[in-house]
Amino acid sequence: MGDMPIIDREKCQGCGLCVSVCGCGALVIVENIVQAVEVDECRWCTLCELVCPYGAITCPFEIIIENGQGSA
Amino acid sequence: MAVQVEFLKSIPYFSGLSDSEIDSVRRYIFEKKAERGEILSFEDEPADVLYFVVAGAVKVFKTSADGKEQIFSIIRPGESFNDVAVLSGGVSLVSAEAMGAVVLNAIKKNDLEVVLREHPQVALNVIQVLSRRVQELISLVEDFSFRHVTGRVAKMLLEYAGDGVGERPRLTQQEMAAMIGTAREMVGRSLKNLEAEGTIRMERNRIIITDQKGLREMAGVA
Repeated sequence: MGDMPIIDREKCQGCGLCVSVCGCGALVIVENIVQAVEVDECRWCTLCELVCPYGAITCPFEIIIENGQGSA
Repeated sequence: MAVQVEFLKSIPYFSGLSDSEIDSVRRYIFEKKAERGEILSFEDEPADVLYFVVAGAVKVFKTSADGKEQIFSIIRPGESFNDVAVLSGGVSLVSAEAMGAVVLNAIKKNDLEVVLREHPQVALNVIQVLSRRVQELISLVEDFSFRHVTGRVAKMLLEYAGDGVGERPRLTQQEMAAMIGTAREMVGRSLKNLEAEGTIRMERNRIIITDQKGLREMAGVA
């Protein structure tokens, strides 16, 4: 299983907007805080990051050179 | 972790110093650690500490009145920030934030002045560091003035991947947009364009540069 969107628990207000736009069921609300569930279907569409009004979800990209090394 | 002599020897500020000179400088250097999101320097506030990144990455940015962010650079291990504010004696024109857990070595302004007087080589090194800083800023202005957004994204990808060696923090599309002075949506469109051109491939959370030559042509660089 790969990486999942990163959730900042201090910024998350539990509004649920990200859960409503997630098309793969990767996000759930537990005790008023969003958590990412590891699912194979997450294609990193970054919609959750886009809709969050609090900047609580980030979907960072690794930038690498093919057949070479790259970022972490 | 104590201030490491080998690290001090490797940074541009102290290039060319002998072991005894490094030892002399080392007593002024102290370590600082910060967590992701911690602000290390505030825009418009006096800066009296110069920092060197030992591990991790720090973003240097400016924020507009309406909350828009422009990232000037991402400081990686061996590089410094707060230079201009400390050396000019004025306020910091930018802010600096830890992009993840970072380890820093730092020197206070007053101690840096002592080091500069005692070790003229350091002063020469500072001139070189600041000259490179000016070159980077000229390049940024050139990008904003002459490059279309897709070209800026292409150039940013090439520069960020570099030679592929060394650790670099991952970037969100918003951070990429802030680095090149555009909107997040434009970055997304540009990445799609670059993928359609065959210069990159998007694999979930990885941007893979597949054709460096083609990407350089898109960026308009040699």
